[in-house]
Amino acid sequence: MSTAAFLRRRTPSVIPGFGLTLGVTLLWLSLIVLIPLAGLFLKTTELTLAQFWTVITSRRVLHAFELSFGLSLAAAAVNLVFGPVVVWAVVRYRFPGRRLLDAIVDIPFALPTAVAGIALTALYAPSGWIGGLLAPLGVKVAFTPLGIFIALIFIGLPFVVRTVQPVLEDLDSQYEEAAASLGAGRWTTVRRVVLPTILPALLTGFALAFARAVGEYGSVIFIAGNLPNVSEIVPLLIVIRLQEFHYADATAIGAVMLVASFILLFLVNGLRRWSELRIGKRT
Amino acid sequence: MCSVQVTAPMKINPKAPGISASLPAPIPAQLSTQAAAAPRHRVDAREDAPWVRFIVVAVAVAFMGLFVVLPLACVMTEAFAKGVAAYFAALTDPDTLAAITLTLLAAAISVVANVVFGVIAAWAIAKFDFSGKNLLIALIELPFSVSPVIAGLVFVLLFGLQGYFGGWLLAHHVKIIFALPAIALATIFVTFPFVVRELVPLMQEQGTEEEEAALSLGASGLTTFFRVTLPNIKWALLYGVLLCNARAMGEFGAVSVVSGHIRGQTLTMPLQVETLYDGYQITAAFAVASLLAQLAIVSLIVKVVLEARLERD
Repeated sequence: MSTAAFLRRRTPSVIPGFGLTLGVTLLWLSLIVLIPLAGLFLKTTELTLAQFWTVITSRRVLHAFELSFGLSLAAAAVNLVFGPVVVWAVVRYRFPGRRLLDAIVDIPFALPTAVAGIALTALYAPSGWIGGLLAPLGVKVAFTPLGIFIALIFIGLPFVVRTVQPVLEDLDSQYEEAAASLGAGRWTTVRRVVLPTILPALLTGFALAFARAVGEYGSVIFIAGNLPNVSEIVPLLIVIRLQEFHYADATAIGAVMLVASFILLFLVNGLRRWSELRIGKRT
Repeated sequence: MCSVQVTAPMKINPKAPGISASLPAPIPAQLSTQAAAAPRHRVDAREDAPWVRFIVVAVAVAFMGLFVVLPLACVMTEAFAKGVAAYFAALTDPDTLAAITLTLLAAAISVVANVVFGVIAAWAIAKFDFSGKNLLIALIELPFSVSPVIAGLVFVLLFGLQGYFGGWLLAHHVKIIFALPAIALATIFVTFPFVVRELVPLMQEQGTEEEEAALSLGASGLTTFFRVTLPNIKWALLYGVLLCNARAMGEFGAVSVVSGHIRGQTLTMPLQVETLYDGYQITAAFAVASLLAQLAIVSLIVKVVLEARLERD
């Protein structure tokens, strides 16, 4: 495809406004999203490579990255296990409260992150409903990395459920019936027939939950305790550096985060294409 | 299939109008009588054993109860911990009222901006065939994968004192950072894809035939849009507005970075929650938080209603 053909209309149409609407779209997209994001990378180039390297390999920054990525991965893994259980219950069974259960899956998505943050903190603080039960056992959740883990499970949940749900809903019953008629037990059918079909969607949901968790700020900072080198996540470190007017540090860390989200975006798109192929083959 | 549909957790699957075509053909009379005559031994192959069903539902309910219902219940309990009078006193505090006003204003700006942009972008994407379309869609969805903190940071780097336009803005006494313009910009950024991604799949599905008919009968482009296209997409548009508004009112990270945290001036409701909480005014913080939680619940109810509506269309 030559550059000239790019964004060129392929087929003529009587519908008016192609040039105008596409022009406005590109202009607005550039002003709000592309130019500001490009500005971040441009600002990063003001640092020498050595400066950049010093910033992102400092102990505090490395620890924050380790914590953010590690806990995000763990939280997404929890949702990878429990998400499908919720989906299975909501899609396959009929029980009182099913619709309600389905509806509240979106609460972590709809509830402002700051609200979730203080609510989880109150719940898991040593004086809280759950924290109070755990305190005698010597388990501290709030103000430790464990608290961050809980918050990241909370915000990642809808991503897995809502990605897998439509796929399981659309899964044709004939495959399971065929497997059963060929003598497969129920568990074998689920493992060998259902699971491979929903696997791409599961992984997509996992990646989306992970991506969201890595960048999450509001629901985490209240419960985290925010001790440097212990419970300090990357987004918070960026905010701290900005408040200290260390713009260069904030920019360098931000650029790494942005590259990470681009990589995740590519991964998610790849997974989604795989998912569509997989479903396309089945139905 | 357009990739816009599956990006985020909100599910919206208005069934394709052509769905009836894929329904099974009526069973020939002969066959159906045979089936009726034969005793059915086979249970549904998809039926799970009762104990499996019980465990799956129990685990699902327990997990959701622990991670979703309890935090919500906690917000409401804490908000009324010091009684109804304290609750309403917290909500009528001048700083809180200022925060509510600012939140409504920022959300209104971002909804209007995203509706106008969303409709225009969806028109370009859905009604025309051009190369580079998938890239354009991916770029529009980009804000969903960017951390809210980064969304705030980029505007600080542009308009902050050490930013690219900081000096110029200071010289001309234009305040963007630590003021409404930056709060609105950051909110527009994080809500950028909401309206477009609801409209594009629907408009692609609807095609261009109705518009072509209107145009061939002499309607102008704008008339065609307002009389033909808009009625067709109004529920999806409303759905997008709902999601956009909910996110705009609840946005914390991006707005936090650009707000400057000036009490009574640049605090939105979520930031007011944080400020009260950090100032050990826990009950007041939860009172404002409960307002946001109620908003989230109302949004969810409206969403369920709208989904039913979309499903019917």
